[in-house]
Amino acid sequence: MKTQYSRRGALSRLGGAIAGLLTLSAARAVKAAVQKVFVASGAPKDYDTTKHKWLMCVDVNKCIGCGLCVEACKKENGVPEGPYFRTWIERYVIPKPEPGSGQTRGETLVDSPNGGMHGFPPTPVPKDQIEHSFFVPKLCNLCEHSPCVQVCPVGATFDAPDGAVLIDPKYCIGCGFCIQACPYGCRFLSPVTKTAEKCTLCYHRITRGLKPACVEICPTQARIFGDLKNAGPDAPIRKFYENNRVSVLKPHLGTEPRLLYAGLDKEVR
Amino acid sequence: MTGEITNVVVEVLPRFEGYVYPNEASLHPLWGFLIVLYPYITGLVAGAFIMASLVRVFKVRALEPVYRLSLLTSFSFLLCATLPLLFHLGHPERCFEIMMTPHLTSPMAIFGFVYAWYLMAVLLLELWFDYRQDLVEWAKVTPGFKGIIYRAFTVGVTDESPPAVALDMKMGRILSVVGIPSAFLLHGYVGFIFGSIKANPWWGNGLTPIIFILSAIVSGIALCVFNYMVLTWIRRHTVDMRCLDTMAMFLFYALVVDAAVEGLDWLHRGFAAEEGFSVMQIMIREKLFYTLNLGQVTIGTLLPLLLLGPLQLLRRRVSELVRRRMIFSSAVMILIGVLAMRWNVVIGGQLFSKSLRGVMGYKLEFAGVEGWWLGVVLLSLPFIILTVLVKLFLSERLPSSGHIPQDSATGEG
Repeated sequence: MKTQYSRRGALSRLGGAIAGLLTLSAARAVKAAVQKVFVASGAPKDYDTTKHKWLMCVDVNKCIGCGLCVEACKKENGVPEGPYFRTWIERYVIPKPEPGSGQTRGETLVDSPNGGMHGFPPTPVPKDQIEHSFFVPKLCNLCEHSPCVQVCPVGATFDAPDGAVLIDPKYCIGCGFCIQACPYGCRFLSPVTKTAEKCTLCYHRITRGLKPACVEICPTQARIFGDLKNAGPDAPIRKFYENNRVSVLKPHLGTEPRLLYAGLDKEVR
Repeated sequence: MTGEITNVVVEVLPRFEGYVYPNEASLHPLWGFLIVLYPYITGLVAGAFIMASLVRVFKVRALEPVYRLSLLTSFSFLLCATLPLLFHLGHPERCFEIMMTPHLTSPMAIFGFVYAWYLMAVLLLELWFDYRQDLVEWAKVTPGFKGIIYRAFTVGVTDESPPAVALDMKMGRILSVVGIPSAFLLHGYVGFIFGSIKANPWWGNGLTPIIFILSAIVSGIALCVFNYMVLTWIRRHTVDMRCLDTMAMFLFYALVVDAAVEGLDWLHRGFAAEEGFSVMQIMIREKLFYTLNLGQVTIGTLLPLLLLGPLQLLRRRVSELVRRRMIFSSAVMILIGVLAMRWNVVIGGQLFSKSLRGVMGYKLEFAGVEGWWLGVVLLSLPFIILTVLVKLFLSERLPSSGHIPQDSATGEG
């Protein structure tokens, strides 16, 4: 059998292959678009993501480290037992410097036993030697440029237009790349669903006009939550903004967090 | 209540020092031994391919005896390259979503395409064009099941006319030329998966992909040396010393470049001493002491440099037997050293908290998905596949077409 090799034949075959590939990619784009519509976020059907912009603020000076927010979050969202937290509280204890050491402060102690869920044990540093001691609630930093969204290989985690960073659990492949990419340690791989999980701002609640569980339960209103697009002049979130200078965690990474803190210390990372 | 808290603290303390984020306080790092193997195996693929293209593209005639062996090595490791990833996924059944609905800013998604391109468009095609004429011949003379296999692999293209064979050669060369940047891309992307993570000062670094590519070339050449010497030993052949010396030469120079760039990386890290440098010092001095200082630096770099370096100058004064032993032991040490390097990157990057205030411990277990037993199985699998491939396609009993990868005189000696 003699096969003819012609330039025309080879080119037309190559063209066919490229056309096939292009059709495939178009099919992929359609599938992705369809999946975006039917994405599982927990929001009611009539909720319009473009009409809200959620913002979370934390007043570090107000947190008393009671741990109710952590417990409420675990219960509300069915977060598994063990080292899995959508929100947690860190305690910072900064001792006074050794006399004559020439330093401004002693070495900072940080702890968060069980995420601070049941409060904190007495500090190992005697009271009269403590210079500063404070609690810092942590949760998803709602980054404007989220590294976790950037690295997800299938687009299972995404920035919702209303500012929440969400994960579609039916779509996540459980590779853990987003967990590695989150600079704030806010994500974990659920041992139950085998997918990545994180704070959703209690998306099922906020899309129905309720506050996130942690905000709802905080006895000192250390967590302030609001909708920037629908906040009146007297809204707590506006007041917080007006009355405080705010900062974010790890600003050098360029993630532009939308979780704003008032009263942070340089030791907090 | 207080008792409960105390218990938690006591339970946690032995594994963690300092403060780690609560989500990081799990028993095992998220990416365990399997993810150590993934860049290791992928690197061997890329390196072995570069070795083969030395013959085909750069026309290094002395390396012809290992041309097909390196291609088959590259291919058998490529078949296994994604297995560690697959075993590690929380939902392996959804793995094809990476290809079907890729997220184009993700290094991992792009890796899927680079992998598919490399497997389908580069390696398989190059092997096929290289072997086609042989397959047609072998199909004629081999009876039974093996003959059917050869016939099937020709895919019905049995034309042996000179223009057809010339086309095979031409396509093979084009694919080799395309294959070199592809191999760089393949392993560069693996490096980028780690290098792109700015949250982690151990990984997030512009040099990481380059170091991955260089160490891949080193480990790939070392693997070809290893495979070639083991194969000649099994077949009771004599080693082609010209070929082996040339491989040792390329191994040495690749190792010099690799060691230089890795050294540069460490100099830069030490000089810049950015945030997180103090935690890195703990890693080097304590957590990774043996795998880094002993495994990666001493066994993987310094000793092979000391063995291979003088050989480049004093080759004629050293007897063949000693040379063979020196080169073989260098290759084995490099293979161990590069595995240690992958360990230091993957595990090392997860042994400290992203709060940069604490470190975690890691004990490799025997059983389970992240245990070393599965790792050993996954690492032996490519060698098993290679054995089958060598039996089928590098058989001594079959006549070879005698065509050589670069169309000039044979270098067999």
